Amino acid sequence: MSKFLKWFASDSFVVSLAAIVMGLLLGAVVMLTGGYNPITAYMALLKGVFGSPYGFGEALREMAPLVLTGLAVAFAFRAGMFNIGAAGQVLLGMTGASLIGIKLTGLPAIIHAPLAIIVGGLFGGLWAALAGYIKAKRGVNEVITTIMLNWIALFLCNYIVRTFLLLPGNQRSLDVESSAWVSIGWLSEMMGNARVHWGILVAILASIFFYYFLWKTKQGFELRAVGSNPEAARYAGINVNKNIVKAMFISGVFAGLAGAFETLGVFHYQSVYSSLPGYGFNGIAVALLGMTHPFGVLAGAGLFGTLTYGSSEMSFEAGVPSEIIQIVIGSIIFFIAAQGIVRYLLKPVYKRKKEKVL
Amino acid sequence: MAAAAPVVELKQITKRFPGIVANDSISIKLHKGEIHALLGENGAGKSTLMNILFGLYQPDEGHIEINGQSVAIDSPNKAIDLGIGMVHQHFKLVQPFTVTENIILGMEPSKGGVQIDYKTASEKVKQLSDQYGFRVDPNAKIEDISVGMQQRVEILKTLYRGANILIFDEPTAVLTPQEISELIEIMRRLVAEGKSIILITHKLKEIMSVSDTVTIIRRGKVIDTVKTNETSPSQLAEKMVGRNVSFKVDKTPAQPKEKIIQVNNVSIKNKDGISLLDGMTFDVHAGEIVGVAGVDGNGQTEIIEALSGLRKIDSGSIVLNGKEIGSHTPRQISEAGVGHIPEDRHKHGLVLDFSVSENMVLESYYKQPYTKRGFLNFRAINDLAKRLVESFDVRTPSIHTKARSLSGGNQQKAIIAREINKNPDFLIAAQPTRGLDVGAIEFVQTQLIRQRDQGKAVLLVSFELDEILNVSDRIIVVYEGKVIGEVRPEETNDQELGLMMAGSRQGGIKA
Amino acid sequence: MIDLLTFGNLINTTLVFSTALIFAALGGLFSERSGVVNIGLEGLMVFGAFAAAIGTYYAEEAGMGGASPWVGLVTAIVVGVLGSLIHAVATITFKADQTISGVVINFLATGITLYLVKLLFEGAGESPLLMNRLAKLSFPDIAAIPVIGPILGTGILNSYPTTFIAIILVFVTYYVLYKTKFGLRMRAVGEHPSAADTVGVNVNRMRYIGVMLSGALAGLGGATITLTTTGLFSHTTISGQGFIAIAALIFGKWNPLGIFGAALFFGFAQAIRNYVQLFEWSASIPQDFILMLPYVLTVIVLVVAVGKSRAPAALGEPYDPGKR
Repeated sequence: MSKFLKWFASDSFVVSLAAIVMGLLLGAVVMLTGGYNPITAYMALLKGVFGSPYGFGEALREMAPLVLTGLAVAFAFRAGMFNIGAAGQVLLGMTGASLIGIKLTGLPAIIHAPLAIIVGGLFGGLWAALAGYIKAKRGVNEVITTIMLNWIALFLCNYIVRTFLLLPGNQRSLDVESSAWVSIGWLSEMMGNARVHWGILVAILASIFFYYFLWKTKQGFELRAVGSNPEAARYAGINVNKNIVKAMFISGVFAGLAGAFETLGVFHYQSVYSSLPGYGFNGIAVALLGMTHPFGVLAGAGLFGTLTYGSSEMSFEAGVPSEIIQIVIGSIIFFIAAQGIVRYLLKPVYKRKKEKVL
Repeated sequence: MAAAAPVVELKQITKRFPGIVANDSISIKLHKGEIHALLGENGAGKSTLMNILFGLYQPDEGHIEINGQSVAIDSPNKAIDLGIGMVHQHFKLVQPFTVTENIILGMEPSKGGVQIDYKTASEKVKQLSDQYGFRVDPNAKIEDISVGMQQRVEILKTLYRGANILIFDEPTAVLTPQEISELIEIMRRLVAEGKSIILITHKLKEIMSVSDTVTIIRRGKVIDTVKTNETSPSQLAEKMVGRNVSFKVDKTPAQPKEKIIQVNNVSIKNKDGISLLDGMTFDVHAGEIVGVAGVDGNGQTEIIEALSGLRKIDSGSIVLNGKEIGSHTPRQISEAGVGHIPEDRHKHGLVLDFSVSENMVLESYYKQPYTKRGFLNFRAINDLAKRLVESFDVRTPSIHTKARSLSGGNQQKAIIAREINKNPDFLIAAQPTRGLDVGAIEFVQTQLIRQRDQGKAVLLVSFELDEILNVSDRIIVVYEGKVIGEVRPEETNDQELGLMMAGSRQGGIKA
Repeated sequence: MIDLLTFGNLINTTLVFSTALIFAALGGLFSERSGVVNIGLEGLMVFGAFAAAIGTYYAEEAGMGGASPWVGLVTAIVVGVLGSLIHAVATITFKADQTISGVVINFLATGITLYLVKLLFEGAGESPLLMNRLAKLSFPDIAAIPVIGPILGTGILNSYPTTFIAIILVFVTYYVLYKTKFGLRMRAVGEHPSAADTVGVNVNRMRYIGVMLSGALAGLGGATITLTTTGLFSHTTISGQGFIAIAALIFGKWNPLGIFGAALFFGFAQAIRNYVQLFEWSASIPQDFILMLPYVLTVIVLVVAVGKSRAPAALGEPYDPGKR
């Protein structure tokens, strides 16, 4: 408990909090210059999320993939890599889940749904592991390969949907068999038919898994050593290349799960996408908001999900373009990354605090 | 002109860093045409002082006079304007640039102020080089020339900027004995031409052979300033360390037993087909320390990497305790009984952002009892760390402190503790005392000898010839990836070793 | 069999796609040669594409007619520089992680530009279609020459003025980087900042200039797309070109001539999509695979060729004079 309290008083907590406040303030300034009332806008945003059970349920629905893609990015980060390819891995996850969910019929739900989820996770994992393999074997920077693999995934998945799963005459697949659905019926009903699904629970479990795996297990020790100093890890007898591939695989599984739950829990079919969906960059934002710590990611996804889901209500009620939220989130990350700026601005506050102590 | 003012006078310079007074009211006079040595251990405050003179730091108290005029040196530019030049210990050279480009950088001769006039530039470099007998090729790339040559480029950089006062920061750390005597020649020629030199070093031999005056600094304070011809190495050493120092390492004669490691005709080529190791052959027995002497870049790094499994060998064999290990992975070799104290502690020896206790199990984390059923057993890990920290006297606030915040000496102690705790049959120590102070050096060398006495085979790779001569029981000299000679420390001296390191075979016959 | 005129057209389309990449990758070159990773090229292109549309639109409103696109180009340069200043302040002055800051630029760019589009054009998701765009130069006499006409006239010369500017810039950049004082100092700062610092080169100033040049050039690259290809600004105007420019920078080994070649290659990979259909056998290839082609080619090229390329030694490291 004291550890918990200490963390609240810690420097990084104060700086993050200040970064959030500064981001929101900056957003308010931008709104003012555009002739909007920021207070009305932020109130509308909060109302959108917390004003009704439906809004809250839908915000939760929004958060599930954010947590999982955030974990994907954060996990790779901890192993020393920057996975910009979560979007592609999500698409592969969707496709894996769709293939199982549509093509296999007559399975009991207790087998069908978990199988579809697992295959989705595996698809995402293998897709990311490909980038890891190319890095390990040929030394090609994963930033570039994951970006390229995003586009390849987009067209590959579209091809699979068009060729094997198409609902004739539509730009989408057939519906997933209901035995593979992962919606939570009773909760959904309680929340005015908000599309809540088991993915939210899985996302929370995944962040707990992330924490224990990375900091408490032998394998996690290796990944952290490789992420922190690959040369020293190699000297210590750790197989760096193998760990690069492993880390990317696990990272991709997180993203793949996000995709699987989107298909099985939210849409119940898969679209043909005309351009890359925003899952990847949102995941990066969430990971950075959470400072690449799994529990930070949970909090980051909460913040991000609230802001983005609430933004539509904000744009509806206060007329503010929802893009303002991207500016707010961008500047929050900016302030967290450039902590020097925050510390510089917080200086007067800190000084006063110190003087009081003296 | 009688009794001219000193070219440089530092007056009561004080510089504080959080928690430490790096320079405590230091005063030094440098006269024209003088070589003034600044002697002190690592961390005594020499570098801080010189960084103040070169404008990289500002003193908290005191001031500097150049030719009797009080000056404020607030940037390297200002120092350069005042005729001060610094030859840095870690050369400030851009590797893919040519010699000329490095020298003119920041003061480029140009056509119309924009385009560099490379012709004029390289002529000027050539002329300067000839004037002082440097013999450097203005158009060679830095990455292609020897360390000694690179140092001359550093010196030329200062001369090109018209420096009259040259600061040499530990200039001999990476040079062979021959290169050192050439450097001393160059320094003499420089003072003969009217330059003045400050020589920062912790090596007594150099001071005795080249300097006119010595100022000894310990813990940020000036202990004494003496004329070189009125002192002796042992007096200087005592003043530097603050107690009596023995130059000879205490040890009994070795009693070698069975052969532990046999390196047979090992060859390695790089990607471009150039030989890095060319049929290297030697062995190390239980109970002896074999020293590897050689100029940097003659295969030391490669043989260490081959012995520890970090680099594949193209041909030949490496046999440990009768078993071939030439194609094994680092982990297999480590488990077969090889310990390795790597050359670069920060890059290879430690994960700096890991805690001391995590670093202690960096090679054994996966074994019982540190891992149980896939989970780390923190109690066992911390117990080990506590025990090692205590028995190897690693000074750290806690075993949970990050390795990054330990001093260099304590980081090295942590690595040695970890490697010795593995109880290896064969211990490789690469540059184990580089950058450490006298106390830590003694500790490290004593540990190596203790390992030998416990019947381990030890391979010591070092650029410090004194260390090789004092610690080894047998010395092999490597040149261009081959062993070109073997000598006993008691039967040789650094002159003979130096000649062999430059490629001549035993007995002084040129190869 | 493909005829000469089609071949000429393929060259022409290649140049159109390559132009924006050349600009942006040269921008990335200046930033990274000075030691600052710039993954925000995409966002800077977005800023440029947006500014070009706005600048041109208001110039049209002011009655500047055919000169309007040039106003747009200048606006794009200015806005690109402003956007890059965010990156410079964060990474150079406040030593923020360069990759994260780049991501932030990408995030902010789409947010800010689309917000402003909605604000300026009463809630529309894209800028109005521009009346005046850049026009291709035309050399009918040369195009009419047999054999070389289709290649030289139709293929190469019949291009947008921006293409010529881009190609000239390649050589200008080469000259600046390898023949001038400024270039020597910039390369030194990216390789060994403390070596540059100790001979009086202002490391942070050089890096600011490098990053700002990347903003100007990436802005120009984005503007090129608006003013030659799409004719308006929307959220899909750039869609990944900035990242391909980064790939061109790496594949081109941080050298202006290499970048030129890499940009032509990626431009070709995008252009070929429009021409594959001319072959009968291509009917059997699903369209999705043709769309995928440039990205697959990029990965293959990187896997096969990139192994040995050497990034500037100090790339990604904030310069801290206290550390030695």
